[in-house]
Amino acid sequence: MPSKIVAGLGLSHVPSVGVAYDRGKMQTPAWKPLADAYIPVREWLARLEPDVAIVVYNDHGADFMFDQYPTFAIGAADRYAIADEGFGTRPLPAVRGEAGFSAHLCESLIYEHEFDLTVCQELAVEHGFLVPMNLCFEHGKDGWPVAAVPLQVNVIQHPLPTARRCYKLGQALRNAVSSYDKDLRVVVLGTGGMSHQLQGKRFGFMNASFDQMFLDLIEADPDRLANLSHQEIMEQAGAEAVELIMWLVMRGALSAQARRVHRHYYAPMTTGMGLITFQED
Amino acid sequence: MGLTPIADTSIFDLRASRRGYRLNKMCGSLCSPANREEFKRDEDAYMAKFGLSDEEKKLIRARDFAGMIASGMNIYFMLKIGAVTGNSLYRMGAQMRGERYEDFLATRNFKDAV
Repeated sequence: MPSKIVAGLGLSHVPSVGVAYDRGKMQTPAWKPLADAYIPVREWLARLEPDVAIVVYNDHGADFMFDQYPTFAIGAADRYAIADEGFGTRPLPAVRGEAGFSAHLCESLIYEHEFDLTVCQELAVEHGFLVPMNLCFEHGKDGWPVAAVPLQVNVIQHPLPTARRCYKLGQALRNAVSSYDKDLRVVVLGTGGMSHQLQGKRFGFMNASFDQMFLDLIEADPDRLANLSHQEIMEQAGAEAVELIMWLVMRGALSAQARRVHRHYYAPMTTGMGLITFQED
Repeated sequence: MGLTPIADTSIFDLRASRRGYRLNKMCGSLCSPANREEFKRDEDAYMAKFGLSDEEKKLIRARDFAGMIASGMNIYFMLKIGAVTGNSLYRMGAQMRGERYEDFLATRNFKDAV
């Protein structure tokens, strides 16, 4: 049986969640609303028994510097180390890769779908990848319950890929997964956002109604979201909210029949933290 | 094509990235404990190693975060110099807004989520 995408999630990757997690603060009043929202999500994911998570995230200057900054990069390794992104290395086990699956994805995406990704045989993963992993999966001393394929998108140095391009990459990814002849159950995590701006006088800007609109449309009409320009997202939701285009990779990888399961929103400080999940039946 | 200016916002495009190349390169190097120690021991020597201009050195010495952004620093790279100098994102943000830290926190929905 070929591999199959069983679920997709859109979720924020706010770094302070990693700090709260490591310091055991997820049950404090400030973080409990977020922690509680993920309890049913982790139970649901465990029931789906995924083998691999394709994590669509962006690097924040841990692996890539501006001497060489790839637009799209994919991991093709057996193991991904935990990065020190300037604040020390978090006490987390390295993440198991699925190199054969990655190699197939690269061949399919590059030969058949003409997405010419940068292929990485060494990647150290950082908060953009790890915060969603913490929220979705419980790790043990030695590892995580799923293998992973990191899929990195440039959302920090313009020109960025368009929202439409991200959506098409997701559609290509869906085809690539389903042409792998090993029986893997795959979940796709589209990470980042939602509204936030982290620089300039407009630091701290959020827009909850934009975020709710985005949550509505990522479910009901993702094609319309794929028409959003970077300019529109940045004006309405803050400059750093443009990373929401990564959710479109996830949504593009799902079928039209995918059913929405969970939805949550929490905006305590400077970022609208969104969560939405979809299941393929 | 391209982006048009947005009020009170910096757009990190290739022109900004070119302008801030040395600053970002230095901050990128702070992803190792040994380099962070070296920076803390002698900031001036560390900045000289990365060829910062006098103007850039002044911004780092003054912890002038708005100035750094204006000089082409990327926000995610600025977090690394923030970490090594004891300035959290929210402290840097308050400064960029021109507010006291406590006043900035008071504008938040749940200021304990830090």
